[in-house]
Amino acid sequence: MIGLWNYLIVGALVFVIGVMGIFLNRKNVIIILMSIELILLSVSINFVTFSAFLGDLFGQVFVMFVLTVAAAESAIGLAILMVYFRNRGSIAVEDVNTMKG
Amino acid sequence: MIETIAFYIFSAVLVASAIMVVFSKNAVHSVLFLILAFFNAAGLFILLGAEFVAMILVIVYVGAVAVLFLFVVMMLDINFSDLRRGINTYLPFGIFLGVVLFIELVFLVFQGWVAPPTDGPALAAPAPMLSEISNTRALGQLIYTHYLYVFQVSGLILLVAMIGAIVLTLRHRPGVQRQRIATQVGRKRSESMVIKQVATGAGAPVE
Repeated sequence: MIGLWNYLIVGALVFVIGVMGIFLNRKNVIIILMSIELILLSVSINFVTFSAFLGDLFGQVFVMFVLTVAAAESAIGLAILMVYFRNRGSIAVEDVNTMKG
Repeated sequence: MIETIAFYIFSAVLVASAIMVVFSKNAVHSVLFLILAFFNAAGLFILLGAEFVAMILVIVYVGAVAVLFLFVVMMLDINFSDLRRGINTYLPFGIFLGVVLFIELVFLVFQGWVAPPTDGPALAAPAPMLSEISNTRALGQLIYTHYLYVFQVSGLILLVAMIGAIVLTLRHRPGVQRQRIATQVGRKRSESMVIKQVATGAGAPVE
């Protein structure tokens, strides 16, 4: 039988890889969005793991809400990316200083 | 035994493809590795007995989100090698940060918590036995009763995201001739045709 900690370590690994992806690919917004998806996936792995090992179904219900928010976030993010690419002709995040914010 | 082997295969491929998502040179390959990662995560979920969430993961992530990513990556005409130029300068710091974060998380997993109660009223929604009722049915009975409002709100979030994406990417180009169905349907006979009495042997009068 696979213990609880095995799944948690896998979730932690995927989380760390996602965070590193955000740090390493500072210019490429698409990779950053994919890294955010990886982070949300690791959160889902943790939720389902605890749901299975504690015998509590709410973890799985919450994973569905996480999935909803992830889908909405990636749709909006890609739409913003499309608009940005249409205006600037590149997707480098380091150049996003048009508004001088 | 076979569960153990399946767990290690799924998690190894999951972690490897997650690494490839971050380090792949081609963005299309990154998206394809992301799809592989989602499939393997779905396999892990099935090992945990959460088959509905696994299927939802495949349908929503692979079927919708990853295909959306693929569509955008292929539609944008970008030289991705330019975007990767600074990666070597950030690499040592990024790996250092990742290792530190991972060590902290491992500490947390092994000694950071007290074992929570596994039965009794502390559980928000105690799972029924799998021999009595399937996972999908139990989830449905939970979502459509206790968490109905939250479910509706998540639908609302999707609606807002859909409208937001449409509003962001919609553009009106001038000079495009479009079909106006309302104008077509609203035409009246009086403004579109004229009936003339033409005498036999004579042509129609020219106006």
